[in-house]
Amino acid sequence: MSTTITHIGAHGGHHDHAHHDDGSKTTLGFWIYLMSDCLIFSVLFATFSVLSANTAGGPSGRELFELPFVLGETMLLLISSFTFGGAMLSMHAGRKSAVQIWLALTFLFGAGFIGMEVYEFAKLIHEGAGPSRSAFLSAYFGLVGTHGLHVTAGLVWLLTMLHQIHKFGLDNVVQRRLSCLSLFWHFLDLVWICVFTFVYLRGVL
Amino acid sequence: MSSATHSSHGHAHAASHGTWKGYTVGFILSLVLTLASFGAVMTGKLPHSAILPTIAVLAVVQLIVQLFYFLHLGTAPGQRANLAIFLFTGLIIAIVVGGSLWVLHNMNENMMHPMPMSMPSTTGD
Repeated sequence: MSTTITHIGAHGGHHDHAHHDDGSKTTLGFWIYLMSDCLIFSVLFATFSVLSANTAGGPSGRELFELPFVLGETMLLLISSFTFGGAMLSMHAGRKSAVQIWLALTFLFGAGFIGMEVYEFAKLIHEGAGPSRSAFLSAYFGLVGTHGLHVTAGLVWLLTMLHQIHKFGLDNVVQRRLSCLSLFWHFLDLVWICVFTFVYLRGVL
Repeated sequence: MSSATHSSHGHAHAASHGTWKGYTVGFILSLVLTLASFGAVMTGKLPHSAILPTIAVLAVVQLIVQLFYFLHLGTAPGQRANLAIFLFTGLIIAIVVGGSLWVLHNMNENMMHPMPMSMPSTTGD
């Protein structure tokens, strides 16, 4: 079995060989990467849970977190997940311009999410509740910041794919890459469900 | 394994594409579950001890909803490998997170006594 994978992997990079592989091996490999990413987040969640009460006399989540603001962030990310679904359906229907519109919408909602998060972080640091204030805040910035970096990477990837769709159209390779990005984007929404539940909502209890 | 994957390409693709109906149902369910979670905390209508279990259950349900409707994880032939890998990852996460919380909770209980209740100097340990 390992030889099969090596064989396909060696040819998968060339456009002219793409018809040998429908992308399911690549998607499976990307899924395995996502699961390892899951482990990174689970360790950060465990760290945050252990340290969430260690505020070193500084502000706690109850004083810092503003739930209506977090609900806004959550909505932006959830809507962007839905619009990416629209992009995938249009891709399978072969409608290039519809894919571009859905992806552009996804980018706007994702960028809005990152904008809100950067504003929130800047506000916390300005209030003296930066990552160096307490173990609780270090774990908070570590966990939420890692998620934010993933979303930022997803935004860069989205722009790259918009350029590739413009240049190559919806060929097999572009479809395979969009399928991987789709998994990545929905996965980040899954992580955010755990963030708003176990960091923000639990933090204000 | 590779032959099984090849024979199931047609079906797996039909099942893993999703439909407008699927995405819409997933989106509406996620919306309702998210608002229920925030509502449980922000309205203060639930007894305090019931809030954490409630939002934890709502989060798990929303995870399953999004895995099913957005990531198309299921028992379809093309998805079984993904599902198996996901379940194994879930096991490791349960060990890492559950184990960390368990061990450190016991350590805090047994080793640290910031309250004056353990301060009397008569004990020798």
